[in-house]
Amino acid sequence: TPLAPPAEPDLESKMNWGSFYAVISGVNRHSTGIGRVWLSVIFIFRILVLVVAAESVWGDEKSGFTCNTQQPGCNSVCYDQFFPISHIRLWALQLILVSTPALLVAMHVAHRRHIDKKLMKRAGRSSPKELEQIKNQKFQIIGALWWTYMISIIFRIIFEVAFLYIFYSIYPDFKMFRLVKCDSYPCPNTVDCFVSRPTEKTIFTVFMLAVSGVCVLLNVAEVLYLIGRACKRCLGGSEDESKGAWISQRLSSHRQNEINQLIADHSLKSKFTVTKKSPTEKGERCSAF
Amino acid sequence: MSWPALYTQLVGANRHSTSLGKVWLSVLFIFRVMVLVVAAESVWGDEQSDFTCNTLQPGCENVCYDQFFPVSHIRLWCLQLLFVSTPTLLVAMYVAFRNHRDKKRLLQEVELETLKRRRLPIAGALWWTYACSLVFRLLFEGGFMYALYVVYDGFHMPRLVQCDQWPCPNLVDCFISRPTEKTIFTVFMATASSICMVLNMAELAYIIAKAVTR
Repeated sequence: TPLAPPAEPDLESKMNWGSFYAVISGVNRHSTGIGRVWLSVIFIFRILVLVVAAESVWGDEKSGFTCNTQQPGCNSVCYDQFFPISHIRLWALQLILVSTPALLVAMHVAHRRHIDKKLMKRAGRSSPKELEQIKNQKFQIIGALWWTYMISIIFRIIFEVAFLYIFYSIYPDFKMFRLVKCDSYPCPNTVDCFVSRPTEKTIFTVFMLAVSGVCVLLNVAEVLYLIGRACKRCLGGSEDESKGAWISQRLSSHRQNEINQLIADHSLKSKFTVTKKSPTEKGERCSAF
Repeated sequence: MSWPALYTQLVGANRHSTSLGKVWLSVLFIFRVMVLVVAAESVWGDEQSDFTCNTLQPGCENVCYDQFFPVSHIRLWCLQLLFVSTPTLLVAMYVAFRNHRDKKRLLQEVELETLKRRRLPIAGALWWTYACSLVFRLLFEGGFMYALYVVYDGFHMPRLVQCDQWPCPNLVDCFISRPTEKTIFTVFMATASSICMVLNMAELAYIIAKAVTR
């Protein structure tokens, strides 16, 4: 029996983790610094370690599991009883579920860009260069985006802790035993069954759980950082109008730019009507972004 | 041709879908294709080599495996994912047809590239194409889930099956490898499939409601 998994499926799984990472890291531009550190930890210490090292340690978990009996079927049944789900599959599912909330933020950013495009088209500035500018624009984490970001981090923490709990309930000890005793049908009496590579598996289990803990700490730190920043903004500046919706800031900044353009061009035509504030008051305030 | 190639095709066709359609595509690729390739394929990897029967009779294991597993779960899921992704290509074909037809009408005035870059609103014949593609997606999803349920008598994988096909002598016990892990993944994939069906139904209701209000 081969001890290493065959090359083709390995390449497929590497390709898929790679494209998964590409999708997740697209959100990186709109994350905080701690968010970027978290993403690197996920990729280097969890995904890479899983694909490059852990999968070969657990590769022969079933073929290397031997019981002290010649009774056919006893091996299968005892393996199934002691390993309802393999560590590798649990970690793969954990990584997928923990990384997905970041896509919530990506969807929100895409929605904002869509609204921005619509506003620019209404203002009559729909040249390809301006549209490119919208695509590359970096959004600040304020208003509704702040809430989406917070919710995504809270979901990350919930999934992370839920999987740690599931892990603890299925495998109560982090240490992998060398020997398990099994007496399910069709094994005659109680048989000794031996697990393959228990020490190596223990080392990797402890490593993955430790990195999981570090990720939870990073997420908690990010939550506190965002709350701290929001409080500072609330107490600090009325200039930013942090309570104002992002959309009204956008509209007023567009009006501001329109008026500047009109003054510069000495043009009489205007696509927006200036309604609430007088031009001098708007001139004193700096544009929202 | 592999899963990433399919993804590129679908993402191109996705420009003309609603937001629910984009969410559906992400759920399809992250919770179904990724989980299939990264986790499920290794669980079912040794399904035949580790299928052991309590007999030394040659050929008995092969015959019993074939009786209880006419089509493997993995192959059924791969087929399901391919069939479910295909209706989106209907929409892509219609959009390409429209672009070429508009280019012929407008002749030299407009470049084909500019036509390709515009985003068509979901109205008229495009609406009907899109609605048909959603209905086909629902049919394929439901059809494959039902087929899996019927072939394997539910989503649970037993540890032990009893087989008495020729050449097995009398009734023999045959043991399936990793039944619990297989049950967990079968339930996971069935749940993801149902979520996709719910998303498709919501999208269908949304475009019907939009058309009615118009």
